[in-house]
Amino acid sequence: MMRAKEPRRKQLVLLVDDYVDAREMYAKYLVFSGFDVVHASTGVEAIDRARERKPDVILMDLSLPVMDGWQATRTLKTDPNTSTIPVLALTSHALGRVAEGASNAGCDGFITKPCLPEDLVTEIRRVLKASEPSASQPQRRRSRTHAKKAN
Amino acid sequence: MIARRRVRVETEQTNERLRLVETLLGNHELTTCVESAMEWLERTWHIERAMCLGRSDDGAVLRPIAWRGFADETVGQFMLPTADRFHPLVKVLRKRKLTSFPSARNNGKHQRPATPFGDDAFQAVGLRSTRFANEPIGLLLTDAPAILAPELDWFASVLAQKLENLVQLPMDALDREQEHERSLLLRIINAISDPILLSDVEGRMVLANGPALRLFVASEEESEGRRDAVRLNNMLLSAALSTHAMAQTESMRKELTLVSPVDGSDLVFELLNVVIEDARSGTGVLSILRNVSDLSHAVSQFEENNRKLKQAEAETRAERDRLNLVIDSVADPIVVTDAGGSISLVNEPAERLFTSTEADKPAVQRRVRTNDARFSSFVAGLLLKDDERLTAEISLVNPENGEALPVEAIAGKVVTHHGEMTAIVSILHDRREAIEKNRLYEQLKRASGELEKKVQIATKDIEHQNELLRQQALALTQASMMKTQFLSNMSHEFRTPLNAILGYTSILQQGVAGKLGRDAKEQLERIASNGRHLLTIVNEILDISQIEAGRMPVRVTTFRVSDMINEVRAELDPIVRTAGLAVSIDVPESIPRIASDRQKLKQVLLNLMSNAVKFTPRGKVGIAVRYHAKPKSIAIAVSDTGIGIAETDQERIFEDFQQLDNSSTRVYNGTGLGLAICRRFVRMLRGNISVVSRVGSGSTFTVTIPVGPS
Repeated sequence: MMRAKEPRRKQLVLLVDDYVDAREMYAKYLVFSGFDVVHASTGVEAIDRARERKPDVILMDLSLPVMDGWQATRTLKTDPNTSTIPVLALTSHALGRVAEGASNAGCDGFITKPCLPEDLVTEIRRVLKASEPSASQPQRRRSRTHAKKAN
Repeated sequence: MIARRRVRVETEQTNERLRLVETLLGNHELTTCVESAMEWLERTWHIERAMCLGRSDDGAVLRPIAWRGFADETVGQFMLPTADRFHPLVKVLRKRKLTSFPSARNNGKHQRPATPFGDDAFQAVGLRSTRFANEPIGLLLTDAPAILAPELDWFASVLAQKLENLVQLPMDALDREQEHERSLLLRIINAISDPILLSDVEGRMVLANGPALRLFVASEEESEGRRDAVRLNNMLLSAALSTHAMAQTESMRKELTLVSPVDGSDLVFELLNVVIEDARSGTGVLSILRNVSDLSHAVSQFEENNRKLKQAEAETRAERDRLNLVIDSVADPIVVTDAGGSISLVNEPAERLFTSTEADKPAVQRRVRTNDARFSSFVAGLLLKDDERLTAEISLVNPENGEALPVEAIAGKVVTHHGEMTAIVSILHDRREAIEKNRLYEQLKRASGELEKKVQIATKDIEHQNELLRQQALALTQASMMKTQFLSNMSHEFRTPLNAILGYTSILQQGVAGKLGRDAKEQLERIASNGRHLLTIVNEILDISQIEAGRMPVRVTTFRVSDMINEVRAELDPIVRTAGLAVSIDVPESIPRIASDRQKLKQVLLNLMSNAVKFTPRGKVGIAVRYHAKPKSIAIAVSDTGIGIAETDQERIFEDFQQLDNSSTRVYNGTGLGLAICRRFVRMLRGNISVVSRVGSGSTFTVTIPVGPS
């Protein structure tokens, strides 16, 4: 909260997840890691927030009520106002086809839950760095990161 | 009896005739002789009216000598002038046989002379001299019935012989006799069909019969051809005779070919010449020509007939042999019975049934008699009927062993074209085979029916089973789908809270919520460790369900084995270090890039290695890789110095949900799915996994997979 006063604008992460514990856990760590966070719990809400706030990156859970993550991503990627925003898909579905579906919907990255908050931050930074050099030019880089399997 | 009576009658008649001859021999006076003959006639043949006429001394008339049944004055007037050639009774004198004059009332056709018989029927027979031909001696007239004609002829000849010596014959009768003899000679030689001719020494023809005249004499009126033939024949004969004259033999036979004046054909004769010495007319040659062209023709005809006869005989014999062969070759017994019912012909099979010898056993003989009796009654059945054929079943027995032998007997009559039955032919057909066939057929039909029923039942059963199986398969598919869906959902539902647990734990550990004490850090690590373990379980369950659902395809890429092994080692580094184990990696640099499913192979190695670490309290774990060029394959051995696996358990560990210690107090965590997943992955990669282990000294798991392009 104290860092909000700083003149340099923090990078804004739109965190879309209907599961509150997961959303707040990631939000807590993202704030801890120096990001601003805006929440959404449905696809429709995610689209509204994205248009409203123009986040730097969107973290999209795919299983959402009202409108699922795939549909929301497709909508955002077809809207010129939001199409340049990188979208990282986040899902508990561990199946390969889900990742393909996300890629087809326009996601820039795909993360399987469970995903440790520090790994999530690493991935967000990678995606943001990839989109930085030409911010005006939307870059669609596919990236897949699987959660490290614990032993 | 009849025959004997006839014989006696004939004997009596012979005796009567002898008596007549005796009577006549004992009499030398004409009238008494005739008188006694008339008396014999009346007595013997009961002829009531008869009269015998005798020749007058000059032979001009015949007048009655003796008679029976007529008044003397009637007969006394009767007289027959022999010069009257047209008188019916004079005609009778020239005949040899009796002549009947029927009653004038019945027949007016015949010219009837006036006789003492008036209009009544009568017989007339001439009494003729045998020495002086045709010279009439007398005439017998009777009213005997026609049936006695032969007897009267005999009577007349006997009487004539007697009267010949008693009547006065004229002196010129001897000359007439000579003339008669000459004409008789001519008649004789004319009656002979062979040409006969008598020639004098000069070769002139003195006497010739008709056939000779036809060959050697031709009149002026006859055709030129015939006269030429006759001239030729004369020349040929003269030549033959002169040859004969030179030969000077008594008689000789030779062949002489002449020409037929009638049709010009060749006639072959056998010429027989006989030299005849005659005091009056000098020496002559009698030639007899026997036509042998007919004879040779007859001989050849005879030979031809003989040949035909022999041929017919041979054919008949062959036919009979063939028939015998046919009859004998028929397996069915054939019996030919004659019209009297007794067996006349049997073939070999029938012989076995119906004949026996003294040498046979009594039982065999008895059975043969039984067969004979049954067959005889069958044949008798046909004999008594008008039918041509009869078919019946007869129960015979096999004479050899007494077994029942039911036969179907077919008998037919053999009838000549006169309609006379000569034989009965019976064929006995063994019914046993037919009966047996029928029985087998019935049995087969029954069995077939039963089989059909069974098949129907079985088919229904199978249909039912199929339906059940289909339903089960459907249910299984549904269950499998539901299971996959359930596991997928469960995986999702597990991951969501696990994500939160692991996330918050990590945040706490990093001190986001403030600085933590040592105990708190350690306890948070326990939470993290258990969370990770739970995640492993969830992942393994998901893997199994994906493999079973066939949703885990093989993705082949080309990579370096050493790179993959390094990744494995890096990922396991934390737990290896925690366990305090030594790690050895043996991957030769020469191993080329291989083609396989990198992710699956890596997961297998991670699993094997983590197991090795888990079950090795102290010592070391290691990975050794070996490459084989032909066929391209690699063998990766993961070894440890751990607790080992008993030999009896070494196969079981690869099965689903198997962990050797299933007790609730077990020391080692795990789903027991790890090795099962390993084996499935290795098989998907067309390789195999094996283990060598000894309890207490460690285990070595070896994965061998082909790595060439498949």
